[in-house]
Amino acid sequence: MKRFSALALLRAGLDGQKSWPRDWRDPEPRKHYDVVIIGGGGHGLATAYYLAKTHGVRSVAVLERASIGGGNTGRNTTIVRSNYRQPALQRLLEFSLKTWEGLSDELNYNLMFSQRGALFLGHSDADMTKLAERGDSLRCVGIDAQLMTRRQVARLIPLLDISPNARFPVVGGLIQRRGGTARHDAVAWGYARAADALGVDVIQNCEVTGFDITDGRVHGVRTSRGSVGADRVGLCVAGNSGLVAAMAGLKLPIESHLLQAFVSEPVKPMIDTVIMSQSVHCYISQSDKGELGLGGDPDHYPTYSQRGSPHRIDEVAAQAIAMVPALSRLRMLRSWSGTTDMSFDGSPIIGATPIDGLYLNGGWCYGGFKATPGSGRLYAHHLATGAAHAIAAPFSLERFALGATIDEAGAGPLPQAR
Amino acid sequence: MMLIACPHCGPRAHVEFTYERTMDAILSVDVDPDTAVAILFQRENPRGPSQELWRHTYGCRSWLRLTRNTVTHDLAEVVAWPPA
Amino acid sequence: MSAPFRNAAGGLIDRARAVRFTVDGRPYEGFAGDTLASASLANGVRLMGRSFKYHRPRGVFGAGVEEPNALYGVGEGGRFEPNTRATDVFLYEGLTAISQNCWPNLPFDIGAVSQVAAPFIPAGFYYKTFFGGPRLWKVYEHLIRRAAGLGKPPQHRDVDRFNHRAAFCDVLVVGAGPAGLAAADAASAAGARVIMVEQDRLAGGGFLRDPAMAGGDDGLVWAMAVATRVKAEGGRVLSRSTATGFYDHGLLNVVQRHVEPGQITRDDGAAQTLWRVRARRVVLAQGSLERPLLFSGNDRPGVMLASAARSFVTRYAVRPGALAVVAGCDDHADLTARVLAASGIEVIAVMDSRVGGRVVAALGSRAVTGAIVSEAGRSRTVACDLIAVSGGQTPTVHLHMQAGGGLAWDAQAGAFAPTTARQNQVSVGAGAGRQGLEAALADGWRAGVEAAQDLGLSRPMGARPRGAAARPTPTVSGCCVTLTDGADAKTAFIDLQNDVTAADIDLAGRQGYRSVEHLKRFTTLGMASDQGKTSNLLGLARMAQASGVTVPQIGLTTFRPPYTPVTLGVLAGEAVGAEAAPRRRLTLQSAHAAAGAVWQPSGYWSRPRAYPMSGETSPQAAVREARTVRDAVGLTDVSTLGKFEVVGPDAVAFLEIICATSVAKLAVGRGRYTIMLREDGIVADDGTVWRLADQRYLLTSSTGGADTMAHRLSYARRVLTPRLQVMVTAVQECWVGIAVAGPNARALVDQATGAAPPRHMSVAAARLADQPVWLLAASYSGERAFEIYVRSYAAQVVWSDLERRVAAAGGRVYGLDAMDLLRIEKGHIVTGAEIDGRTCPYDLGLTKMLRKGGFIGWAGLQRRDFQRPNRPCLVGLDALDGVLPEGAMLLPRAGAAPQGHVSSAGRRVTGEGAIGLGLVASGPDRIGEVMIASSPTRRLQGRVRLTAPLFYDAEGARYVD
Repeated sequence: MKRFSALALLRAGLDGQKSWPRDWRDPEPRKHYDVVIIGGGGHGLATAYYLAKTHGVRSVAVLERASIGGGNTGRNTTIVRSNYRQPALQRLLEFSLKTWEGLSDELNYNLMFSQRGALFLGHSDADMTKLAERGDSLRCVGIDAQLMTRRQVARLIPLLDISPNARFPVVGGLIQRRGGTARHDAVAWGYARAADALGVDVIQNCEVTGFDITDGRVHGVRTSRGSVGADRVGLCVAGNSGLVAAMAGLKLPIESHLLQAFVSEPVKPMIDTVIMSQSVHCYISQSDKGELGLGGDPDHYPTYSQRGSPHRIDEVAAQAIAMVPALSRLRMLRSWSGTTDMSFDGSPIIGATPIDGLYLNGGWCYGGFKATPGSGRLYAHHLATGAAHAIAAPFSLERFALGATIDEAGAGPLPQAR
Repeated sequence: MMLIACPHCGPRAHVEFTYERTMDAILSVDVDPDTAVAILFQRENPRGPSQELWRHTYGCRSWLRLTRNTVTHDLAEVVAWPPA
Repeated sequence: MSAPFRNAAGGLIDRARAVRFTVDGRPYEGFAGDTLASASLANGVRLMGRSFKYHRPRGVFGAGVEEPNALYGVGEGGRFEPNTRATDVFLYEGLTAISQNCWPNLPFDIGAVSQVAAPFIPAGFYYKTFFGGPRLWKVYEHLIRRAAGLGKPPQHRDVDRFNHRAAFCDVLVVGAGPAGLAAADAASAAGARVIMVEQDRLAGGGFLRDPAMAGGDDGLVWAMAVATRVKAEGGRVLSRSTATGFYDHGLLNVVQRHVEPGQITRDDGAAQTLWRVRARRVVLAQGSLERPLLFSGNDRPGVMLASAARSFVTRYAVRPGALAVVAGCDDHADLTARVLAASGIEVIAVMDSRVGGRVVAALGSRAVTGAIVSEAGRSRTVACDLIAVSGGQTPTVHLHMQAGGGLAWDAQAGAFAPTTARQNQVSVGAGAGRQGLEAALADGWRAGVEAAQDLGLSRPMGARPRGAAARPTPTVSGCCVTLTDGADAKTAFIDLQNDVTAADIDLAGRQGYRSVEHLKRFTTLGMASDQGKTSNLLGLARMAQASGVTVPQIGLTTFRPPYTPVTLGVLAGEAVGAEAAPRRRLTLQSAHAAAGAVWQPSGYWSRPRAYPMSGETSPQAAVREARTVRDAVGLTDVSTLGKFEVVGPDAVAFLEIICATSVAKLAVGRGRYTIMLREDGIVADDGTVWRLADQRYLLTSSTGGADTMAHRLSYARRVLTPRLQVMVTAVQECWVGIAVAGPNARALVDQATGAAPPRHMSVAAARLADQPVWLLAASYSGERAFEIYVRSYAAQVVWSDLERRVAAAGGRVYGLDAMDLLRIEKGHIVTGAEIDGRTCPYDLGLTKMLRKGGFIGWAGLQRRDFQRPNRPCLVGLDALDGVLPEGAMLLPRAGAAPQGHVSSAGRRVTGEGAIGLGLVASGPDRIGEVMIASSPTRRLQGRVRLTAPLFYDAEGARYVD
C-alpha cells in the first residue's frame, strides 16, 4: 500500500499522478479461508479489516456480488450520530462514533468525517420534554447532548423558519456536536484498501449462490466463481439478509423495504448542521460539495425494486420547505432508493444463527451507515472469538423469541409502523 | 406509485392503501406462544411474487389480498379479503 | 443597442419585440424568443461561467438542457433560482442574471488560481490528504465548503405558488419532435386521448435547429398543424413541460413551467405545475444528445456542440463565432459546416475523424483563439474563435430506464439503446437509436397506431407523413475517446462542470475504481447539475478503452428521476406554509378560543392546554384549573379520544379478543377500564368499555392511539374474526365528549339533566340542553366526574349550557395541563408517557387485570423476557427537593448509570411540592428508596422517593356519592 499524504500527492503531481497503484487487489477466490464475509459493503469490509487488524485473522475473504460499496453504503444520507434513547443502542452507536473519530488516520484514507453537529428540532413543549429526556439519558452515560433554545437554533441555522406561526414552529432543539456526516463511498474504499493491505481478499463480482451445510454446521459457500470453504461465514448483506439467509434455510425477523433520498444542485454553504426533527419526518444536511441531501420516511411496503414512489419525495420537499422556506427554489438533482432490512424492533441483529459457524449482521433498518465502524469491530470480535462482545450481546437474533426487543421508536413489531 | 384495482372502488393510487403484512403472517388469537413467535418473527421476505394483505384505508376501508411482485410491483391479483 | 453577432434575418425570434435584461448588472438587449444564452452570444458575450473545481473560464457549450457550463443565478429575492442554464431560460423583460462560482467577478476570478494547483489535486485528491483528526479536518473543510458549491443559495421564502394536477390519458407522448409528433398525430387520429409534452416552448424538436419538410409542408408548419389536430381531438399539448420521472404502473411526473425562472407569474397564477399523469401507453420520443470530442482545452469558451452551433445560427440567427473549425466523427460535421458557412461564418477547417481529421488542441484562455488540427498525421495551427464538435449521438433513454426498460450496447453507434420495455412504454426515433427524419416519422407513426390498437381504438386514418430532410441520414463510428498524439489528457475534459478530465478517468482506472459506480463516485463524473448528459458515456468509454474491456463490462449508468433538475417548490406543490401538513379541528374550537385557550399541538390536533386569566402564566393557570376541579367543578373537552361502537350478538366475543381484561361480565349500563395489547404483548393503548345496551358497547381509546386503534379494530374484525356477528364502527367524529369533573359535578349534572346521574363507572342516556346525550360516569381526574357524549352538531349548545352551569357552581374550563396534573396525582398512566410502546402489562402494575388468554397479545406476552425481574416498572415519585423534571433520569446515586426515568411529572394539585410517575428497574420492590432525578441538559437535579403510584384518595372515596 502506498501511503496517502499531502507530500505523496505533491510528488505524484510531478509525475502526472502516474505512480498510484491499485487501492486494492483483484484476487481470484482461494479454495478455503478462515472466515468468509458475504457482502462488500461498509460493514463487511470493516469486519474483514478488524478481523485482520485486531484479531490477527488474515485468511479472510469478502465476497461481493457486484462492486464494493454499491448497496446501502452508497445510498444513505451519510449521517453519523449516537444520540439514541435506548441504552443498548447508545452503547453501540457511541462505540461506533468513537471509532469514527480516529478512523481517517487509522485507515490512511480521508473519510471526511465531519462533526458539524446533529440537531433534532422540537416543535412543541411536549417535543422538548422528549428531547430533554433523550439528552439526559445520553449525558448520564457520558455522551454529549445539549438542549438549545429557539434563539440558539436560529443562530445556528439562520434560514430556519422560527416564526411562531410556522406550521412546525421551532421551540428549541437538542444537538449532538460530535454528530455529523461522512463521505459514504470513502468508508467502503478506505476499509477495502486497509484490509487488502493486511492480506484480506476483497473479491468483487462474486455472487454467493448457496451454502455448504452439513449436520447444522456451515463449511463454506458456493459462488458464481466456484466453491469457497470457510470455518466461519458472516452475512453482511443488509437489504438482502432475508434472501441470503434463506439459502441457508433461515427465516429472519426482517422485511425488505425501500427508503428514498435525494440531493439538490450544489450551492454555496447554506446549512451547516444536520437537521432532524422530533415531529417532522424529514432530515436535511449539506455536503462538502454543496448539495443538500434530504430524506424522510420509507415507502412502507416490502419491495426490492429500488424504485420509490414520487409522493414520498413530494412529502419530504414540503416538510423541508416548511422548516427552511428558502429551499423552495433549489432543485432536486438526483433521487435514489435503497432496499433496507427492516427488523421487527427497529434495531440491528448482530450475532450467531441456529447454524454453527454462520453469523448474521443485518436488520439495520435505515440506520446502518453510522454504525459501520462499530459494527465491524463487534462483528469481527464475534467471528474471531466465537462469542458476542458485551456491546453486541443485546442485539442477538434470539431476542425476538425471548421478548427482549430493543424498540427505539416504541412502534411495535410491524416494520411499516416505524 | 402503484395503481391498485380495488374490487370495490376501481383503480386507485397506492397512497390510498396501506400494507398490513404478508398473508402467512396473519396470527390468529388462539395459537400457542411458540407458533406465534414463529409466525410473527420468521418471515419469508420473498423476492418476487408475494401474497399480501392490504387495506384501502383512505378509500372504502376494506381489506384486500394482493398477489404482488416485490421486484417489479406487478399486481397479479387484487381480491377482497376474506372472500365472501 | 447593437448586437454584433446577430444576423439580419432569419430565426424564430420576434424582432419586433426587443427584450431588456441584465447580467451582473450590465444591461443587454435581445429579442422575444431568445434564450439567455443566444441573446448573450448575439451581444458578443462568450464567457458565461466558471467550472466547479478549477474555476476555468467557460462559455456556452450546448443549446438546451444538456448545458454544463453557462449557469447563472436568475431572478431576485423570493424568485431567485441558482444554477439556471442560460440555454434553458427564455428572455423576458427585466430578466436579471448573476454569474456564479467566481470572485470578485467572472472575468477576474481569484478562484482560478486552483488551475495552477491542478496537477496536484486530481480526481479524489481529498481522499489522500487532510489527515490529523476530525478537528483539523473541520478547518480544512470550512475552506473546502466555501470553495465548493456553485450558485449562491436562495435566502428568501418563495413568493410564488406551485401546484399539482392529476391527469389521465390513453397515450402520453414525451417529446414533440418529428417522432413524437407523428406518434401523437396517429394515436389522436385513431381516437386515443393524447397528452403530448415538450420541454421546449415550441413544438418541432429537430426542426427548430435543422429545417426540413414533413407531411408535405415545412416541418414547423406541420408540427403546429399536428398540435392543433391533437387539441381538436380533445388531447392536450403541454409546452415548457418536462417529463422528469417515470414511475410504477404508467405514472409520470411532468413539470410545467408557466413562467421562466425568476419571472413574475401572470395573473397571480402558479409559477409551475407538477402534472401527475397516469397513462395507459407511453411513447418516449426524447431524441438524442450529441457527445463532445476529446482534445486539449476542449472546454474553452468557443468550443461547443455542433448541434448547439446550428441551433444558435438557425433558430436564433446568432453567429457563435466568425472563424470556425468543425470536427466530428460522422456526417454531422459536414452538415454543420454547411449551415455555419451559409450564415456567414467562415469555416476554416472540417475535421472528419473517419478520414483522419482531428482536433489536437484548442488554443486560448478566456476564449478560443485558434486550434491545432491534424490531418493525415500532419498537424497545423489555425486561427479560429469557434470549434463546433460532434462526437456522435447518445439516445436519451432516461425515462425508458426509469420505467425498468432494458438497454443494449450498440458498438457502431457508440451508445446504449432501448431494448425490452418493462411497462407500457415504447421508444421511438433518435431516442430509440434510430437516426434520421424518415426513421423518426415512420417510427413515431407506427408507435401511435400500435398504442391506439392496443387500447382497442382503430378509427380510420390517413397515411403517415413523409419527410424530406436537408440533413442526411448520418453514418456513425462509435464512441470516440482516443486522444490524438499531442493532446494532453489533463486538459481534455469529459465532465465540463465538475472538471473531470480524461487523465482523471485514467487515474481512477489505475487505482482500481473501474466499475461504473466506482468511476462516477471517485471522479464525480456525471454528478454535476447537468447530470452527465454529455459526459457519462464518454467517461465510461474512456475507462473501457483504458481497461481493455467493452463499455457494458464497465457498467451502465442507472438513470433515476428527475431527467432535469426540479425545484423543491413544485414538488411540494400546495403543501407549503399553513398547508404543509393537515390540521384537525375540534368541533368546539371556537368555544375554546373564546374561553382564552392556549393551544398544544397533539398529532394533527391542537388542543386547549390551559385557559390563562389575565396576568397568569400558562403553568399557573394549569394549577389553578386543576385546583378548581379538586375544590368545585371543571369542564373540559375530551372529544379527541378514540370512540368505537361494537354492536351485535358477538360483541362480547369480539371485545374479549381486543381487550386483555374481562368484558364478559359487564352488566348493561356499566363500564370498565381496559387495556389493549399489541401482538407482541406490549401495551398498545388503554381506554374504557361501556355496555350501552344488551348487544351494544362503546369502546374508548387515547387520543394519540385513536387512528391506530381504528385500524387494529378493523383488522381484528375483518381478518381475524370474519365469522363473528358484530359491527364495529369508528364513531370518534360523531360524538363530542365533554367532561364535567369535581365535587360539584354530580349536583350539576343532576340539575342539568333533571334525572339522577349514573353512579361511578355506569352509563345512562339522558337529555341535556334539550339534546339526547350519553352520560358516562368515569373519572380520570380522581374526582366524581361525567363524560357527556353529545352528537357533534349539537355540541355547541350543550357546551354553552354546561359552561354556564359550571360557572354558577364555582368552576371553570380546564385544559390538558391541568388534566395531566390531576391524573398524575391519581396515578393514572397515559399513552405516550408510561404506555411508551415498550412496557408490558406487568411493567405497569396491570397483572391482576389480565385474563388467562384468548386476547390479542397473550401469546407474545408469554415470552421469557417479560418475566425478567429488573424490567423498568411503574412507580410513584415524590420529590424531596421540590425538583422533578419530566424526562429526567433516575440514578441510584449521583454519577451512576440511570436505572429509570421520570415518565410524567408535575406539581401536586393538593398541597405543595412535585410528584411524578416513573419507570424504574425493579421499581415496585424499591418503594421507599431515595434516588436522584437528574437532568443534565436542563441543569436540574433533585432527590426523589419511590412510592406507590397513587398520591390522592387511595380509597376512591371521592367517587362515592
